[in-house]
Amino acid sequence: MKLLQSWEGFLICALALIIAVNVALAPEFLTFSNQINLFQLSIEKIIVALVMTFVIINAEIDLSVGSMMGLSACAFGWLFQQGVPAPAAIAICLCIGIAGGLFNGYFVARIGLPSLVVTLATLIGFRGLARVLVEDRGIGDFPQWFDNLGQKGLIGAVPFGLIAFAILFVGLYVLLQRTGFGRLTYVIGTNRNVADYAGIDSGRHKIIIFTMSGAVSAFAGLLFAARVGAVRGDVANGFELDIITMVLLGGVSVFGGTGSLFGTLMAILIVLNLRNGMALVNITGHIQTGVVGLLLIGSVLVPRIDLTRIFGQKAAET
Amino acid sequence: MNIAPQTLRIIALLVVLALVTAFFASVIPNYFNARLFNRISSSVAIMALIATAQTLVILTRNIDLSLGSIVGFTAFATGSIVANHPATQPLVLVGYAMLVGAAFGVVNGALVSYARVPSIIVTLATMAIFRSFLVEYSDAKSITADQLPAWLVDFPNLVLFDVGGVEFRAAFCAAVAVVLVVHIALSRLRPARQLYAVGSNPEAADMAGINSQRTVFVAFTLAGALAGLAGFMFLARFGTITVVAGLGFEFKSVAAAVVGGVNIFGGSGTAFGALIGAVMIDLIDTSLVRWDLVSEFWREAVLGALILTAVAVDAILMRRLIALRVRREKERNAREAKP
Repeated sequence: MKLLQSWEGFLICALALIIAVNVALAPEFLTFSNQINLFQLSIEKIIVALVMTFVIINAEIDLSVGSMMGLSACAFGWLFQQGVPAPAAIAICLCIGIAGGLFNGYFVARIGLPSLVVTLATLIGFRGLARVLVEDRGIGDFPQWFDNLGQKGLIGAVPFGLIAFAILFVGLYVLLQRTGFGRLTYVIGTNRNVADYAGIDSGRHKIIIFTMSGAVSAFAGLLFAARVGAVRGDVANGFELDIITMVLLGGVSVFGGTGSLFGTLMAILIVLNLRNGMALVNITGHIQTGVVGLLLIGSVLVPRIDLTRIFGQKAAET
Repeated sequence: MNIAPQTLRIIALLVVLALVTAFFASVIPNYFNARLFNRISSSVAIMALIATAQTLVILTRNIDLSLGSIVGFTAFATGSIVANHPATQPLVLVGYAMLVGAAFGVVNGALVSYARVPSIIVTLATMAIFRSFLVEYSDAKSITADQLPAWLVDFPNLVLFDVGGVEFRAAFCAAVAVVLVVHIALSRLRPARQLYAVGSNPEAADMAGINSQRTVFVAFTLAGALAGLAGFMFLARFGTITVVAGLGFEFKSVAAAVVGGVNIFGGSGTAFGALIGAVMIDLIDTSLVRWDLVSEFWREAVLGALILTAVAVDAILMRRLIALRVRREKERNAREAKP
């Protein structure tokens, strides 16, 4: 009963409702291949949403993730075109992600600039570097094994991206909910000054989290390159908003300090199923995003409706 | 002599603007001419309005990510009105655009100030919602310049006065006039000063008897109206409006405001600063295209670096300045205490 009253409980109910409606609309919805497909279409976003949960719980924001995905994908394409073997190019791209994350973290934690401004600047800057690398071309013809990794099933029909998502989810879940590092993330997000007075190097912690965000985004960008089989300058353009929406819908407070990875997972499932369901009834593109937007406002607004005002003091107490 | 930090900031910005212009003038032949002014002034006309709108919201410690979608929707809505009723009076049309924009602002403002949902969540959502309105409203059609009456298409290029080839075009002059009005209001009018009070310290503002909820609500509404006006300018300048009109303006407007010295945490900044920020961004954007040494693909990378540098330098200098003043104050107090 307690679970039902919590945010996660609400999300589970919403998810069940959406799935039920989807099944009623289209019986083929529950087939294994549709379920795989549903994840596969947004696999990069949901992977980054996991690490974005850390960033927002830490009371920061990272707007540059979409551009970092683009930069990493384009860097891979460019390096590959220059004749660098694919494995080496992958390693370099991951390093670019780490470097970009360190860069964000340094300006936020050491120079003391607001993360909204820093990552807004790198949102533009990283995207710019991606465009410098590929200009207005499209780069493709990657090795077959690389494309297969993004497009075909690795274990049975389950593709590599989904497995990576599962592993990352378990790893990050343990890190956030079961370790000291995770506790610190909440503490610093709740009140950075208190954390500093308690002798915690909150700046270092923030740098680590931004670095994680950069590295995971770079990984997701590579996954995008593999799934699509080609890169262009506008890869993953605007993904940051979808990703942040998923995390906030999952009950993570935009002011930091509260939320959980389980909530993010539920929100991811809700958004994916909702979009898939809308696609089944031919609602597309911008309208889908609009509906997700309505859901986001509703999710924050509904719990704030003051029950005592509507039902009187007693009804709310019981 | 103590100059107010805001004045100092504007002077510094103007100096940097002059230096940037001088730099480009030294590396690009035939750089400094009337065409440069004309080109930049026509695109700044739109961005200056949105940057000012964003400034109003940021001053109150909020952010409005839906401005780009508001611009897109109002551009389309006014476009379809004038396409269906070509005889519509120009002023009625401008009023309509501002009213539609203000209506969107009211939605944002009500959700942020009265329902107390954080602005970044509200406007992230309304950015998507307003754009889906545009998609529904437009029904996958576009507006093209040949549907529009001639006066509207000619308006942005209408030359009000001409100083040796430097054309002061109507759209630019109108935008600058609006920015200046907002600037003067912000610095001189009591109701507008409340934006600063609420942004600096909402609790203190409440205790001082300021209705901070209403102030935030008004800020969002005005921002919506200004975005609506920008939508009108957008329609006049480009003529062709599709469902992606105004996409990305939300980030550009924040960038212009921040480069112009508006504090993202609210409480400080000026409309004139935002205007200079918009000019600076556009100047660099336009100039890099003409600079042979770097390919035009460097534009965004340089822009990102510029924003970060501007903000970092500003933060460090301001911190130094405040520390210096505190020290001076202490010394003066110590001197006065001695005898």
